[in-house]
Amino acid sequence: MSFNLKVSPLDPAQAVVDAIVPAGEPWMHKLSQGQVFRILDLEGNQAVDTLFFSAQDPEEHYSMTHTIQAQGALYLTTGTVLMSSESRPMLTIVADTCGRHDTLGGACSCESNTVRYALEKRAMHACRDSFMAALAHNPYGLHKRDIASNINFFMNVPVTPDGGLTFEDGVSAPAKYVEMRAEMDVVVLISNCPQLNNPCNAYNPTPIRCLVWDAQ
Amino acid sequence: MPMTFADLPPLARAAVPATSTAYSPELVLWNELLAGGCHWSGLLRRGNTLRLTDVSGSANVSALFFNQEEKTERYNIPDTLKAQHTAYLTQGHVCYSDMGRILCSIPLDTCGWHDTMCGVLDSATLEKKYGQALYQTHRNAMHRSGMDGLLIELNKWGLGRRDMNGNVNFFSKTSANAQGQLQFDRAHRAAGQYVDLRFEMNVLVLMSAAPHPLDDAPSYAPGDVQLTAWRSGTAGVNDPCRLSCPENDRGFINTERWFL
Repeated sequence: MSFNLKVSPLDPAQAVVDAIVPAGEPWMHKLSQGQVFRILDLEGNQAVDTLFFSAQDPEEHYSMTHTIQAQGALYLTTGTVLMSSESRPMLTIVADTCGRHDTLGGACSCESNTVRYALEKRAMHACRDSFMAALAHNPYGLHKRDIASNINFFMNVPVTPDGGLTFEDGVSAPAKYVEMRAEMDVVVLISNCPQLNNPCNAYNPTPIRCLVWDAQ
Repeated sequence: MPMTFADLPPLARAAVPATSTAYSPELVLWNELLAGGCHWSGLLRRGNTLRLTDVSGSANVSALFFNQEEKTERYNIPDTLKAQHTAYLTQGHVCYSDMGRILCSIPLDTCGWHDTMCGVLDSATLEKKYGQALYQTHRNAMHRSGMDGLLIELNKWGLGRRDMNGNVNFFSKTSANAQGQLQFDRAHRAAGQYVDLRFEMNVLVLMSAAPHPLDDAPSYAPGDVQLTAWRSGTAGVNDPCRLSCPENDRGFINTERWFL
């Protein structure tokens, strides 16, 4: 699963949701089965840390390990089925003009920033704080325990055959997008990443655009 | 320059031992056999090391780790891999929690590659792969998936499926090609290989010895695992796990602060 580029036929003018999510903000939205969800990278190489929960049973969530295991491969692109912790398809990626998305790199946190960059970086903004902020007001009963390993849309984290892990320059660019069809009713939780310590976004977190179309 | 161990106040530095102690039989606290396909959980206290030994060269140990004092803090795969720029675990690596602390470190490993990306099999997939083997017909030779084994152990501690967030698969090697496709390496394992987990915190350990999810062996034959715990002490000032990267120096500072 790698660089399976596919352009979407959907027209933004027909979208039922069209929202700009600024850098550093969480965004939560419920999708119905059959709806199509697009995330658009407005300025390029923006990390979009994304989790999905079953709307019927929020204890069922997107699972990195189930998704990797089901496709026997690490990267996400057109055709990848995003699997739940109960081994059920949650969403299918149906269009992708970027070609590769990461699910190994997780979400930044204040605590992991102290490890990765410097103990003095604790106060800098991080995705898991955005997740916690969203959880503090969520109507679904979600808890820290439910924050599983996420997807990083538009991020490129290649694994080498000898087991090295690197954060490469992004393969995304302004206006590239990824689009997925909900296979069940799901709650989307995004942290539009505020990371300022990593060159993967050119040290410049930028806004994204989220669109939803009803079942075609 | 970011703060390092050398910049800590004297009392904080004094709390770290000069070295941990290598294995020797008189330090052993307990031994137990984890039979292939079976599951286990228990508390490993800070300063003790658990040696996992692949008895027959066909073992897989799917393991979860929690901070026993605050169980919402748990093993975190991305934080572990990112901090150490690796896609697998071996000697010199540590296992990070989601709170920037080190649950355990790996001072010694004769196996060389432990997968931590592929998860565990669920029961439906296990049955599709190896056929049905219920207790009614197979008694103690029944099959139980890694998922069910770990869920049983999680529930013993008041935890459950919400706490299941990615495990290590000790003794199993899966490598990726340029397209990211994963290959299980059956030739990687050998009888007698062992890996030492030195606990840097008080850690609730849950394990299943069910087959690795990508193991392409046609028959169900998960190997036994010898568990040996001994009193090793925690990582010393110049421990290779602490020095293997600047990130781990900071991870140990975070960890040691929990116990000051």
